[in-house]
Amino acid sequence: MTSEAVTITDVDKTFETRSGQVSALQGINLTVAAGEFVSLIGPSGCGKSTLMRLIADLDTPTSGTVQVFGKSASHARRDQDYGIAFQQAGLLPWRTVAGNIELPLALHGIGSRQRKERVAELIDLVGLSEFADRFPDQLSGGMQQRVAIARALAEKPALLLMDEPFGALDEMTRERMQTELVRICAETKAAVVFVTHSIPEAAFLSDRVVVMSPRPGRVQEIIPMRLGAARTEGLREEHAFFDMVTAVREALHQGSPVPTGPRGMETR
Amino acid sequence: MRALSPRAENTTRIIAPVAAGALVLGAWQLLVTVGGVDDYLLPSPASIIDQIVEFWPSMVSAAVTTGLNALLGLIIGSMLGILFALLASLTRVIDFMSAPVVAALAVIPIVALAPVLNTMFGADSQIGRQAIAGLASFVPVFINTLRGLRQTLPVHRDLMRSYAASQTQVMRTVTLPTATPFVFTGIRIASSLAVISALVAEYFGGPRGGLGGLISTSAASSAYPRAWAYVVAGIVLGLAFYLATLALERLVMRRRS
Repeated sequence: MTSEAVTITDVDKTFETRSGQVSALQGINLTVAAGEFVSLIGPSGCGKSTLMRLIADLDTPTSGTVQVFGKSASHARRDQDYGIAFQQAGLLPWRTVAGNIELPLALHGIGSRQRKERVAELIDLVGLSEFADRFPDQLSGGMQQRVAIARALAEKPALLLMDEPFGALDEMTRERMQTELVRICAETKAAVVFVTHSIPEAAFLSDRVVVMSPRPGRVQEIIPMRLGAARTEGLREEHAFFDMVTAVREALHQGSPVPTGPRGMETR
Repeated sequence: MRALSPRAENTTRIIAPVAAGALVLGAWQLLVTVGGVDDYLLPSPASIIDQIVEFWPSMVSAAVTTGLNALLGLIIGSMLGILFALLASLTRVIDFMSAPVVAALAVIPIVALAPVLNTMFGADSQIGRQAIAGLASFVPVFINTLRGLRQTLPVHRDLMRSYAASQTQVMRTVTLPTATPFVFTGIRIASSLAVISALVAEYFGGPRGGLGGLISTSAASSAYPRAWAYVVAGIVLGLAFYLATLALERLVMRRRS
């Protein structure tokens, strides 16, 4: 295994639409180291979700290559090298919480006793032990999202892909989920590619923030977050954190600092 | 409207329609006995009940005959409907081929087909009627199942792709469970159609002894109360089919959640 979790080289992605070709991504180069937390941020239409889908091999690039742990993206997908979570929790409503978490394990032929043990661990990890036998529609949005994260972690992936997983949650839940994600990442030591359009969220969670520009989607700037390893609630009120938030915001404005948040962006 | 306690509401839910039914029957009875409407034109509820009691064994056997035709048609039609919907959802060509055929099947009037099929299968065969009930059941089951098979959420599809799941696994874990409620909607609609079709098909020849046949002979011999009695039996049969499929649906859905 190489020390790089994701290597993206000269990737272009063009979609065919009725009104002609639309360039979603152009000339993307990016590497994510093993165990590193990288956020993709940018306004709507900058192709950040598309980029994540290319890494997941849910779409294929028009040109260029995407490698995951030194393998092609499709090979890595077939090897189950990554876990994935979307903005919608995407739970199967006819399965219980435990049934949803064990889904990938069941599909890949893991024995029922091992499955049960792993599911118990995961439910504990996301703090839903009392809800194992509930159905998704009996849970709040935040709890559903935690189930989805547990499901993404089921096979102990070394890479976690997350597409705005907290996008639909309220502010309080969102901050709690972020703190939990930091803890989970510290425990699992997985690399994370995290798509978001919240500046503080990106700053709080990431080792590096990739700022993207729209139409066509390009990498505008990659900003390392110099915030140290301790990402605790206290960090949200420190000067260093505000400095990083400002750095990301200014990068989004391409060097023309504006006192208010950029249009189309969430500043929470 | 005043809010009712849950218990009172449940009681009201049962009592209200029963009361409405009793009121209508009472008014009907009054209309005939006091109002002077000719019993020959509109038999009174009492005379219909009289006939139900008198012809009870014949009613039961007629309902069994018609019910069996409807049941066989419903089962075979539903199975074919589900099967073809699966094929159409898997193969585009079959989908394109089936669309106009099903549209044509949906508009075939039973009255038009019944005499033809009765002649085709012979005067002493029930197969024609079963075929008509099957045909009537096929259409709603096919249409609803096919629609259900296309309701799979994009996020579920992405998820299954990320798991590198096989086509069979996707079918079993996501596609079929998503479609199940739609299949049952189709069967529920089909259950009433199957009874109606099996009954109406009996008006156009073939062996006697079913509800439809007896309604038409009773009416032809001016035994109107008896004809009405058989109509009541037809309503009961249709309701029984509807409730049975509803119970089946509840049973399957409860096992899931």
